[in-house]
Amino acid sequence: MAEVTYLEAIRQALFEEMERDPNVFCMGEDIGAYGGAFKVTEGLQARFGAERVLDTPISETGFVGAAAGAAHMGMRPVCEMQFIDFISCAYSILTNYVATARYRAFLPCPMVVRGPSGGYVRGGPFHSQNPEAAFLHTPGLKIVYPATASDAKGLLKAAIRDDDCVLFFEHKYLYRRIKEELPQGDHVVPIGKARIAREGKDLSIITYAATMWKALEAAEQLEREDGLSVEVLDLRSISPMDDEAIVATVKKTSRVLIVHEDTVTGGIAGEITARINDLAFEWLDAPIKRVAAHDVPLPYAPQLEDFVLPQTGDIVRAGRWVAKY
Amino acid sequence: MAASSATAPSRADSTDLTRDQLLELYYWMRLTRSLEERLVNLYRQTKVVGGLFRSLGQEACAVGSAYALRREDVLSPLIRNLGSMLVKGATPLEVLRQYMAKGDSPTRGRELNIHFGDVEERNFIGQISHLGDMVPVMAGVTLSFKLRREPRVGLVYVGDGATSTGAFHEGINLAAVQRCPLVVIVENNGYAYSTPTSLQCAASRLVDKAAGYGIAGARADGNDVLATYRVTREAVDRARRGEGASLVELTTYRRKGHAEHDNQSYVPAGEIERWTAEDDPLDRYAKVLTGQEGVTAAELEALDTRITGEIDRATDEADASPPPEPRDCLVGIYADPPEAPALWYRDGIRTAVDRHERPAGWGTHDG
Repeated sequence: MAEVTYLEAIRQALFEEMERDPNVFCMGEDIGAYGGAFKVTEGLQARFGAERVLDTPISETGFVGAAAGAAHMGMRPVCEMQFIDFISCAYSILTNYVATARYRAFLPCPMVVRGPSGGYVRGGPFHSQNPEAAFLHTPGLKIVYPATASDAKGLLKAAIRDDDCVLFFEHKYLYRRIKEELPQGDHVVPIGKARIAREGKDLSIITYAATMWKALEAAEQLEREDGLSVEVLDLRSISPMDDEAIVATVKKTSRVLIVHEDTVTGGIAGEITARINDLAFEWLDAPIKRVAAHDVPLPYAPQLEDFVLPQTGDIVRAGRWVAKY
Repeated sequence: MAASSATAPSRADSTDLTRDQLLELYYWMRLTRSLEERLVNLYRQTKVVGGLFRSLGQEACAVGSAYALRREDVLSPLIRNLGSMLVKGATPLEVLRQYMAKGDSPTRGRELNIHFGDVEERNFIGQISHLGDMVPVMAGVTLSFKLRREPRVGLVYVGDGATSTGAFHEGINLAAVQRCPLVVIVENNGYAYSTPTSLQCAASRLVDKAAGYGIAGARADGNDVLATYRVTREAVDRARRGEGASLVELTTYRRKGHAEHDNQSYVPAGEIERWTAEDDPLDRYAKVLTGQEGVTAAELEALDTRITGEIDRATDEADASPPPEPRDCLVGIYADPPEAPALWYRDGIRTAVDRHERPAGWGTHDG
């Protein structure tokens, strides 16, 4: 079987779910004839028509709200943010209306909001964001952020079939840079389950999305240069978070480094740290440390962006520190 | 703001309303007013645990417009649309339980006042407090009708205030472009909380916004229940014929404050009194019924008596309803998982520290 890119895996999931369920339809800006800014939806409108691959006005609140309304009526809409940075335009309706619908009104709201996220692409402050932490604080939303092509396909299929709203973050750096052979058949990855990307016994790196690959590089370097056995846990789902897998890796290595691309303050790493404190404090042999982006808007110039974002060398240095503590 | 000239409501030109239906309109309007009066009593007895929102003087707006819908059509009410919800099948018992935060209220005590809905049978959707948000939601509800070729229509209310929001604009524009079968009713009642319409919008007629969206617009006297019914019915019929969205401005007047606590100090002297005396929608409609429609005063009194009895029975039943079970607050945030855990200090300490999983000899605790 041919290898498939992360982007193509997402497109396959959309195709297969639209074939499988006539209630699934896509909404977004320029997703129809043009196929989307990154061509994720290329070919979808030709196959499924303009009503099921629907070009919207520039109105994130408008079409996210409309997705909720359609979802109440039994549809399963998939909204594309042209860049995930623009999800903040729909923040109010997502957190106030969509996230609360089931709880306050027993209204089903099965919908997906997906879009290209993340940096390392010289996108500047408004085409590089990782806003997942902003939504982790809202009960009622689910959040996934896959690192591999296989997980991208399987998690998107699970997200479309989920009975609640799932925010599906796609890392644009990975779109065409990674490829793999995908499992055959109806490949669905359950939401809320982490994956051990690399086994190890001296140090755990807990991460997700593009930094999962940097963590793997760092793990290899630490093994090569320091003889350290490093475990890498790829969370895949941010909400719900796989506490069992987190606790299991902490108990195995007793040393934890958390790595994410989003800014450090108020980021996911702080939440993971608190959970480890609650669930496995006595197993720790070292302070939990974080490697994340500096607390600045993401700048454009390569020299600036590279400084702000976590790099493989940062993970190596931090991992070495935690391992030696 | 001046009361409109106190003309009696006119009978619809080619009305399809029977005498029974004309009386039904009166029933819903009177039920709305009487139920709110009962809620005021319960509020003063502190049995309404939150705020109380009135629609005094706006009953014709709510009832006449909702009456233009079929059962399968979906209605999205706002805080002054108790009457619309009653027309759509909400019951006084549900409303009373909801205001009194009872465990068997439609939202099991999760939401306040008339923030509740039913999309299974009666087809109205619970609103949220963020004004304008229901417009995009209803654009999506009606988009689903269009995609499925269902001959159903959606109706969403906004006030003069909500027309200032981005959500209103994005929602109505999307519905317009997609030719969704949606009727947007702008109830212009003169005030958004304390802010007069003149500080909300520089346009003198909110209906003129329709032109900007390329959709049909109409305007009517919202205190004339038959005019309200007629103008909404035309928009609903147009939507059902596949001719797309429209905007209807209903002019009316909010005689009470934003909520019961509001003393309306910002209202010019005499304004409320003028509307009360000259342009009360129930008084106006009663005159039509007893005049040209030949309804007797005794018939109307009989309806009033029936309504009082219904509200009395519902009040007794709601009063006897149990409060919610506190732990129900953890149920149903998601379909899966179906329930969230209580925080550790509510369920006893179950952390690693408490369980002392590591051997005492490791020295990290006192064993």
